[in-house]
Amino acid sequence: MALFFTQLLTGVQNGAVYASLAIALVLIFRTTGILNFAQGEMALFSTYLLWKFTDIGFAVWLAIVLTMAVSFVGGALIERVVIRPVEHSSPLVIVIVTIGLFLAINSLAQFFFGSGQRAVPTFYPEKVWHPGGVIIYSDTLVLVGVLVVECLLLYLLLQRTKLGLAFRGVSGNADSSRLLGVPVGRILMLGWGLAAAVGALAGAMAIPTTAGLVPSSMQQILVFSFAAAAIGGFDSVFGAVVGGMIVGVADALTIQYVHRLQGITLIVPFGLILLVLLFRPAGLFGTTRVERV
Amino acid sequence: MTRSQQRALGLAVSVAVVAVLMVWFGWIFPTRYNATDTRLVAQAFYIGVAAMGLNILTGYNGQVSIGHGAFFGVGAYTTALLMSHEYTYFGITFGHTSFVATLLPCAIVTFVVGALVGFPALRVKGLYLALVTLGLAVIFPDLATRFVQGTGGTSLVALTPTQVAAPSWFPSRLSAQDQWAYTMCFALAIVGVVGVWLIARSRFGRSLIAVRDHEAAASSVGIDLARTKVLAFALSAMYAGIAGSLSVLVVFNASADKVETFQNSIEFLVALVIGGTATVVGPLIGGFAVVYIDKWTKDAFPSKPVVSPATFGVALIVLMYVLPDGVVGGARRLFAWSRRTLRSRRASPAAPATPATPVST
Repeated sequence: MALFFTQLLTGVQNGAVYASLAIALVLIFRTTGILNFAQGEMALFSTYLLWKFTDIGFAVWLAIVLTMAVSFVGGALIERVVIRPVEHSSPLVIVIVTIGLFLAINSLAQFFFGSGQRAVPTFYPEKVWHPGGVIIYSDTLVLVGVLVVECLLLYLLLQRTKLGLAFRGVSGNADSSRLLGVPVGRILMLGWGLAAAVGALAGAMAIPTTAGLVPSSMQQILVFSFAAAAIGGFDSVFGAVVGGMIVGVADALTIQYVHRLQGITLIVPFGLILLVLLFRPAGLFGTTRVERV
Repeated sequence: MTRSQQRALGLAVSVAVVAVLMVWFGWIFPTRYNATDTRLVAQAFYIGVAAMGLNILTGYNGQVSIGHGAFFGVGAYTTALLMSHEYTYFGITFGHTSFVATLLPCAIVTFVVGALVGFPALRVKGLYLALVTLGLAVIFPDLATRFVQGTGGTSLVALTPTQVAAPSWFPSRLSAQDQWAYTMCFALAIVGVVGVWLIARSRFGRSLIAVRDHEAAASSVGIDLARTKVLAFALSAMYAGIAGSLSVLVVFNASADKVETFQNSIEFLVALVIGGTATVVGPLIGGFAVVYIDKWTKDAFPSKPVVSPATFGVALIVLMYVLPDGVVGGARRLFAWSRRTLRSRRASPAAPATPATPVST
């Protein structure tokens, strides 16, 4: 039983990371209606930046704040420069542009920071507890805590501020919002900026618990996050969190208990994506979009 | 020149160009150039074939896939496993097959796999479909690693030089290994282009385009949406699978490296976009572009291998802005534009004459 709870906690810890990146995907999908295939690589670049900041001597928490700020600006710029011209294009164009971003950002990261393994430090002490045989790492507690704070801040921003109202207006109906004087373009930039900052946080939380940062660090995480976002319906922050937890726990338990799937546990997120898209395209929490023909 | 004369001249010019290209690529190039060059062009051909497959699905039918590396891998494995091992199932022994004999099984296998993947695609559209195919590209290497028993227990299936050598019936002037591989790639690329050309002109091809442009309208005029989409997927996967088979002759193995599978998927997409979606020869031109951009950037920056994917990434984005219909589409527009301006210039000397005549009332 202790093993079960230990695995459960591992799942929750990974789930927190998936949820965080899934929130980034959701923020972009809600504003621009784009599935951002470059989200993982944007987070990768941010995490390299974090490594660079800590490497030149910044305190880790300060480096994280700086990284998020820089990522926010970077994300907003990407929206303005790269995404705006193809905003209402066909899925093919959007896929191609985000895949182009994926390649470009990944190579830029390698170009600037090298392709070796980089160790990113944590901002909290590494501790382990063993209550009744269950292994609890401080990582798990901090990651869940950060996710909770992140969600709380996003909730306050989106539901309690005028900016958040404008944001929700644009994601609901951009044209009507524009008529009411909402600066839609700037809100879209805000969406991408927020997403980049949230993604940076996901990277900053996830990478220190792994062996180190390599250029392919974020690719698998992105697949899990897509599964999380799909379960949540792509347009619900709360759904993304629940989705992240479901995906994280399902994966951890599969690794532990389903030996038949050894080595192919990626079947789990892939299967979840497929099942959700086939049978409940709006996810568990998303809004169903009605299309007029 | 009358219109029919013009048309005859156009036909004659295109036949001449095609004939010159066929002789050059079919005979002069493989006999005059060394193995490094023929391998590179062979690679361009098979990437072109895979991009043609992607074109059937994405260009003509509008279903975006970033997972064609998986179908390519299935094709490569089918061929490599049939060539390298021997199997006995239900008392039937097969294997150690010649390359040419693996093509049909490979086409059938990838056609079926493509159709199976195509079924979920009936309900999943646009960006979501791209997501599902991305999953396919990510999961394929794991599946292969788990289930393929290749050389030394790994998922890599390596072939011996005798297995990939040219068969005895092949003309001796072209029977060096690289020439054999090149000729197969060239021949199948031609078959592929002709196939796409026939599809594009057929009833099926027009229904592909109709489904892409307006599903509801297409189904209201009697097009079977499900059949069209699944068939598009199956054919597309078959092209990618044959490209995978061809790659075995060029690189001597089939592997399921994670990065490589994803990279292949992207390269096919890049080739398609550079060449031009929904054009017949575009993907082939794109194949050449991908291979040579990769080579040139690697030659120019030997210590920085990341320049090549960076170039692809930037090229993808920039092309979407300046040349969304690719090289072929751009050339077509340029041609139409120059013809229009020529015609209006020819017509213009007469035009000012009319107002110049004094108007007598």
